[in-house]
Amino acid sequence: MILGEYIEDGINWLTKNFSGVFDGISSVVGTLVSGIEAFWLWTPFYIVIALFTALAFWKAGKSTALFTLLGLVYIYFAGFWDETMQTLALVLASAIMALAMGIPLGIWSAKNKTVHKIIRPILDFMQTMPAFVYLIPAVLFFGLGTVPGAFATIIFAMPPVVRLTTLGILQVPEDIVEATTAFGATPKQLLFKVQIPLAMPTILAGINQTIMMALSMVVIASMIGAKGLGVIVLQGISQLKIGLGFESGLAVVLLAIILDRITQSLGKKKG
Amino acid sequence: MSNKITIENLSIIFGKNKSKAIKMIKDGISKDEILSKTECNVAVRNVNLTIQQGEIYVVMGLSGSGKSTLLRSINRLIDPTVGKVFVDDLEITKMNDKELLNIRRKELSMVFQHFGLLPHRSVMSNVAFGLELQGQGKVQRNKHAIETIDMVGLKGYEDQKVGELSGGMQQRVGLARGLANNPEVLLMDEAFSALDPLIRAQMQDELLLLQEKMKKTIVFITHDLEEAIKLGDRIAIMKDGEVVQIGTPEEIVTNPANDYVESFVEKVDRSRISTASSIMFSKPKMARLSKDGPSLVLKTMRESGLKVLPVVRTNRTFLGFIHIEDVVKLKNEGLNTIESAIKESVMCVAPDTLIQDMLPLLSKTNHDIPVVDESNFLLGVVSPTSLIAETTGKNKVEINSIIQKAIDL
Ligand SMILES: Nc1ncnc2c1ncn2[C@@H]1O[C@H](COP(=O)(O)OP(=O)(O)OP(=O)(O)O)[C@@H](O)[C@H]1O
Ligand SMILES: [Mg+2]
Repeated sequence: MILGEYIEDGINWLTKNFSGVFDGISSVVGTLVSGIEAFWLWTPFYIVIALFTALAFWKAGKSTALFTLLGLVYIYFAGFWDETMQTLALVLASAIMALAMGIPLGIWSAKNKTVHKIIRPILDFMQTMPAFVYLIPAVLFFGLGTVPGAFATIIFAMPPVVRLTTLGILQVPEDIVEATTAFGATPKQLLFKVQIPLAMPTILAGINQTIMMALSMVVIASMIGAKGLGVIVLQGISQLKIGLGFESGLAVVLLAIILDRITQSLGKKKG
Repeated sequence: MSNKITIENLSIIFGKNKSKAIKMIKDGISKDEILSKTECNVAVRNVNLTIQQGEIYVVMGLSGSGKSTLLRSINRLIDPTVGKVFVDDLEITKMNDKELLNIRRKELSMVFQHFGLLPHRSVMSNVAFGLELQGQGKVQRNKHAIETIDMVGLKGYEDQKVGELSGGMQQRVGLARGLANNPEVLLMDEAFSALDPLIRAQMQDELLLLQEKMKKTIVFITHDLEEAIKLGDRIAIMKDGEVVQIGTPEEIVTNPANDYVESFVEKVDRSRISTASSIMFSKPKMARLSKDGPSLVLKTMRESGLKVLPVVRTNRTFLGFIHIEDVVKLKNEGLNTIESAIKESVMCVAPDTLIQDMLPLLSKTNHDIPVVDESNFLLGVVSPTSLIAETTGKNKVEINSIIQKAIDL
């Protein structure tokens, strides 16, 4: 395994010489995750359930609200509440980071042809890679635990929002862009008053996909020590506890459906 | 009148090898040949024109003739390859980004074929959009917007989303948006082409009405000659990027510069463009009141074969007509002036009366129709035959043969 040795050397060199950078990333991501996690764990479960049910009712309507209520109640009584909140915190923290980087990157790529040409093949490549491949560099740079889990999730979940933000902006009809320019809009005015508002439905679809991918990755990230539902699923599998595996798996599915419904409804008017 | 927009030696080329294409333009090589040799598309070719303050200047031509590109050089949505564009004394082609932004915001508005409105916003906020870009506060810009919305007849629609309006209404919003920042120049690119014919005609009428009040300088692009004639004070006709003729609608219709222009003009209903002055006979036989007595008038009538003559004062002020029977009567009575026999109540037309508006007069009169100016000066006469000849496009010989056939039946 000569190749492996070279890579190990390379990584060692990186971690030694850029330790400041990795420490920086580590502390930012770590703080964000633990902050959000602390909030969800500190808030009493019934308030969390009420909050999500209300949000679902306000944005998505009655049936989603009912589903959310029943789903969360099941999770609570099945005994997975803390793990679910940990998972949720990790998903939210990773998604926030992924969106904070992905949306500007998508805008940049829509505005600049060279950037577009560089980013597109990278995104294509990233989407062909199986999810757990992302765990390897995460472990190499950050060791085991929640931070590498979040790191892998951020990278894995970013492509859709970059891609759809670019797409949404490029889809804004040329004549509208031209008219806006003709009336003396600066590039910034064009972006914020016209392109982003018109691209919003597409960008929101990207946000939804990014959140869903973050959830799927967070569960897998338990393999490298990220906390949450994934740990229990893993336990169920490795110890052949079929019942436990099934129950915790169901909790993941319920959480996925709830997050999907609510984020999908964000762009639409209530109806 | 002063020049508002001046375009000098303007060429706009799309493609990579522009310098070679510029040279080929100078050598007079055709658009097609330049395209095949350099892969450059010459959209606008060596155009020179001046547009006057307050006129509606129409640019017309087939699809791909470079109209839109020419128009976009005025607000520099497209940068010229060579040449200069001036608005007043400001050289647009030399402006930096900030100056350009400013002149787009304050002086040059544009109305688009497919409207280019913001579908997620209300009528009001679309109309106020130009002012919003200038950084005006909401209260102030909405006040302006309301006024303009009234002007284009959209009162009551302020809060509707533009996506919910019909095409005609949307273009009213487009027009209002263009007018809201009170620009001096309005650039209209096939602004009415996407509308159905009835709405289109209505919008044309309203634009003309608005223009009477506003007196903006309007550059209007169309590929429809009827529209060009209806709206234009002057028309420039483009072919393959070049301006092949500039003139008033009447000049274009009566005197097309080449086959290309002629092919447009053929299809036009001439009675809607030609005026009395273009078909009148300007040296008619006349009876001069103070100089010509009955005998002289009778002589003129016999020599020319006319039974009716216009009567004028020495300064050619039109007084009325005199008929041959009356002249004979006067002569028999031994009078030496024709004054008492003048028939005064006749229908006159002005030189710019449209031929279509003269046609109804034929039902009331069978002799020549006098053309007079405001001071009643007799400019000439229009004979019924030439009126029919002009509207039917048939010459006098053909008309006579039609009459002959009708008699023979
Ligand atoms: N952005 C562009 N890139 C390359 N070629 C262009 C571009 N815009 C216009 N052209 C070419 O320039 C020529 C003139 O186009 P233009 O749009 O000005 O014509 P037009 O008279 O407005 O036609 P239409 O009536 O179809 O709108 C055409 O041959 C067109 O293909
Ligand atoms: Mg065009």
